Amino acid sequence: MQWEVVIGLEVHVQLATASKIFSGAATTFGAAPNTQACAVDLAMPGMLPVFNEEALRMAVRFGCAIDARINHESVFDRKNYFYPDLPKGYQISQLDHPTVAEGHLDIDLEDGTRKRIGITRAHLEEDAGKSLHEDFHGQSGIDLNRAGTPLLEIVSEPELRSAREAVSYLRKLHSIVTYLGISDGDMSQGSMRCDCNVSLRPLGQEEFGTRTEIKNVNSFRFVEKAIESEIERQMDILEDGGSITQETRLYDPDKDETRSMRSKEQANDYRYFPDPDLLPVHIDDAYIEDIRSQLPELPDAKKIRFAQEYGLSDYDAGVLAASREQADYFETVCETSKDPKLSANWVMGELAKWLNQGDLDISACPLPAEQLGKLILRIKDNTLSSKMAKQVFELLWQDGGDVDDIIEAKGLKQVTDSSAIEAIIDEVLANNASQVEQYRAADDAKRGKMIGFFVGQTMKASKGSANPQQVNAVLRKKLEG
Amino acid sequence: MFPDTVKAILEGLNKGDFSSEEITTELLARANRHQPDFNAFITLDEEGALAAARQADEARRSGQAGQLLGLPFAHKDLFCTQGLRTTCASRMLESFVPPYESTVAARFRQAGAVCIGKTNMDEFAMGSSNENSHFGAVRNPWNTEYVPGGSSGGSAAAVAGGLVPAATGSDTGGSIRQPAAFCGISGLKPTYGRVSRLGMIAYASSLDQGGPMAHTVEDLAILLGVMAGLDEADSTSAEEAVPDYSAALEQPVKGMKIGLPREIFEAGKVGQTEPAIQAAIESLKSLGAEFVDISLPHIDLSVPAYYVIAPAECSTNLSRFDGVRYGHRCDNPKDLEDLYARSRAEGFGEEVKRRILVGTYALSAGYYDAYYRKAQQIRRLIKQDFAGAFQAVDAILSPVTPGSAFRIGEKTADPVQMYLEDIYTVPVSLAGLPSLAIPAGLLNGLPVGLQLTANYFRESTLMQLGHQFQLHTNWHQQRPSTSGRPD
Repeated sequence: MQWEVVIGLEVHVQLATASKIFSGAATTFGAAPNTQACAVDLAMPGMLPVFNEEALRMAVRFGCAIDARINHESVFDRKNYFYPDLPKGYQISQLDHPTVAEGHLDIDLEDGTRKRIGITRAHLEEDAGKSLHEDFHGQSGIDLNRAGTPLLEIVSEPELRSAREAVSYLRKLHSIVTYLGISDGDMSQGSMRCDCNVSLRPLGQEEFGTRTEIKNVNSFRFVEKAIESEIERQMDILEDGGSITQETRLYDPDKDETRSMRSKEQANDYRYFPDPDLLPVHIDDAYIEDIRSQLPELPDAKKIRFAQEYGLSDYDAGVLAASREQADYFETVCETSKDPKLSANWVMGELAKWLNQGDLDISACPLPAEQLGKLILRIKDNTLSSKMAKQVFELLWQDGGDVDDIIEAKGLKQVTDSSAIEAIIDEVLANNASQVEQYRAADDAKRGKMIGFFVGQTMKASKGSANPQQVNAVLRKKLEG
Repeated sequence: MFPDTVKAILEGLNKGDFSSEEITTELLARANRHQPDFNAFITLDEEGALAAARQADEARRSGQAGQLLGLPFAHKDLFCTQGLRTTCASRMLESFVPPYESTVAARFRQAGAVCIGKTNMDEFAMGSSNENSHFGAVRNPWNTEYVPGGSSGGSAAAVAGGLVPAATGSDTGGSIRQPAAFCGISGLKPTYGRVSRLGMIAYASSLDQGGPMAHTVEDLAILLGVMAGLDEADSTSAEEAVPDYSAALEQPVKGMKIGLPREIFEAGKVGQTEPAIQAAIESLKSLGAEFVDISLPHIDLSVPAYYVIAPAECSTNLSRFDGVRYGHRCDNPKDLEDLYARSRAEGFGEEVKRRILVGTYALSAGYYDAYYRKAQQIRRLIKQDFAGAFQAVDAILSPVTPGSAFRIGEKTADPVQMYLEDIYTVPVSLAGLPSLAIPAGLLNGLPVGLQLTANYFRESTLMQLGHQFQLHTNWHQQRPSTSGRPD
């Protein structure tokens, strides 16, 4: 049977507020356990939550960016369950009146088309702490630093049809929240965590199949793999005539499989009800419009502008616009170099390669964009060959400094004096008389291949400093002239 | 002899008739002496109180003022006091010492008041008789075989018994007003949001409100002035400005309109308290107040609605007492379930468990609409009833309770009978209105209380009516015979 995959994602985005959503404690990642948890976070008796309005502004920013309906009234509810890292015994969340209602975003499919994915809602809630099960001699440790960190839970419509689409959606979401500056988007630190709802149905059937939810997947790669392995598992069951159990599952990246965590019957009755410690939050149109007017240029708009303004291909424009930092970096390079195409090539080529090797984000790039722009300028004015430019790039990367200073210090200036080049070539030709004979006897097709030998010898003799275009031209003139 | 009202003590301190150290020493001695009689205190802070009293005396000598400088008083044991054990009368918090101060405690401290200790109460403020305390029942100073009312029974008994001139209380469904009535003192439940709840251990967040308890309305005006005001750390705290309550006291009552709810007075529910209440109405009439019939058609639904909403909120407010971070933890838990189950089973008393179960049930999937949502609808209707009534009147008068104090043990077997104690107080709580209980007579030798309720943030109206009433009656000057007895 032909099966259709139905996927919906619930993404928890940690908002980059300086303090927690309902207390004044700091939200910095990586502090010593329980040093960033105040009396409110510890749920000490008599402590009360006070809503951090910065979280509201961030949620509304997100809502505006996905063209969503923003609710004028948001209500915080208590979601009740017992767990040691949930100090109050309930999580403050939003059930019936989330801050952000229906919106959407567009993803690019592999065939080059775009697909619009609906977003059902995005609501504010607080994060729980962490339970640590190792190093406590059979007991568990509780770290409440994360308890009370603001989260925006973004729920998509079940409109994703493959693991690839799910990843594209997640990447787009990542790109939007980082563009907006509402989250650092660092998945390795849990700033973005994803629950994947997966089901299958016979192609053409309208009714959804029974779904499972894979909890807390924390990288793009794992989202793709987890969904793929879950699709495979469900398909095996269905093909064998079995049925899917509605349940929560966990993805084990080591075994590349999902396994059951709890079934629907074991699910908590969360006993949601409006939190009487918090008043409903009211915002008016002016508040929303003020935030909307301050939105930065978003990835889709930037991509279109890059293609038009810089004459880049859609693909290049899309890659460069995917992250705000990369786009900003590219634009700074471009501003200095005045050559968009070459700038794009260097940012997406050599720079990306080095970042990759160093496992670095562009925000941690040791090479200032201005220097890369200057490097490109030196290629354009023939000071450097592209091979020499790569050497300078490496030095800049490793030791920093200024492009011109490095060129000066290392004597890397390209030789463009034609009499000097002619002298070197005369020597090369004199030393390789038999190859010269062969070249002259060959036809055009063979000559095209053989010229490389002479170029190579000449570049070697010049210690790489001769301008390759000039070398090529002079060689052809001397060999054929 | 020292005077026993806030006003007279502050005057005595100011005139130099006695020092704070002297009166504090005397009250600590009385509190210790009467502890076996009334069981009004859970914790007495002799050392801290005497140090604070000496500090207050020193401050007064150096010319410093402070609204309550040197005044000894007590806190109900649900107001967190930094460094001083705060138990909520529960085994769960038997050894809990807060590292922080409730806003109410901080305000009293700033005003220079001297806290001598923490008063007994119904566990987590759940109860109408003060029999639900891990530290034992409180006894009524008028007759120690009778309950003092609850949940602020220890505060009421401490004031009535002459152990302190004033104490803080908290009122969720009547927990200040009912014990004030039973013990023959004055007590005020302010408008919801008037007094900060920060550091006041929660029972039902949408109803809980701290307030003062003392002998006279004059004293309540002084105390409320210290307690009231916006607290940014409590999101439900009101921005409303705090008026000078004492200034309102002298306003005449003439021409004020007071409503008598038909549903109470015509239905003959005033019961045993009727003679006292009728006499109070006559007194107020003689002062020029006009009485009009009003209708509060939904108040009969108040008790059922209250006993859904309050338990629902308490069932989740008390989830934090899980044995993980502080409070009682069972010995040798075998796993997480066991840790939760036994810590809570051992830490909470029967009434607390009953309300947690009722509330959990009311919020459960499939029951939410029938119970919690329905109760909230009733709550809205009751608010509307009062809003309608206050179009026509300045205040509403009723008894505080159907009768005077009952015997210890008399109602413990039947929780519903106990809940019906709250029949006149809970409608006001559900509406969030300010309400005053003052002594209005005696019934079989036990005090009877009068309840006056005003519109939102009109505590001044209550002060005015209450004080004028007390200027023309002497019920508030009656003291139980055991009070202040010599050794």
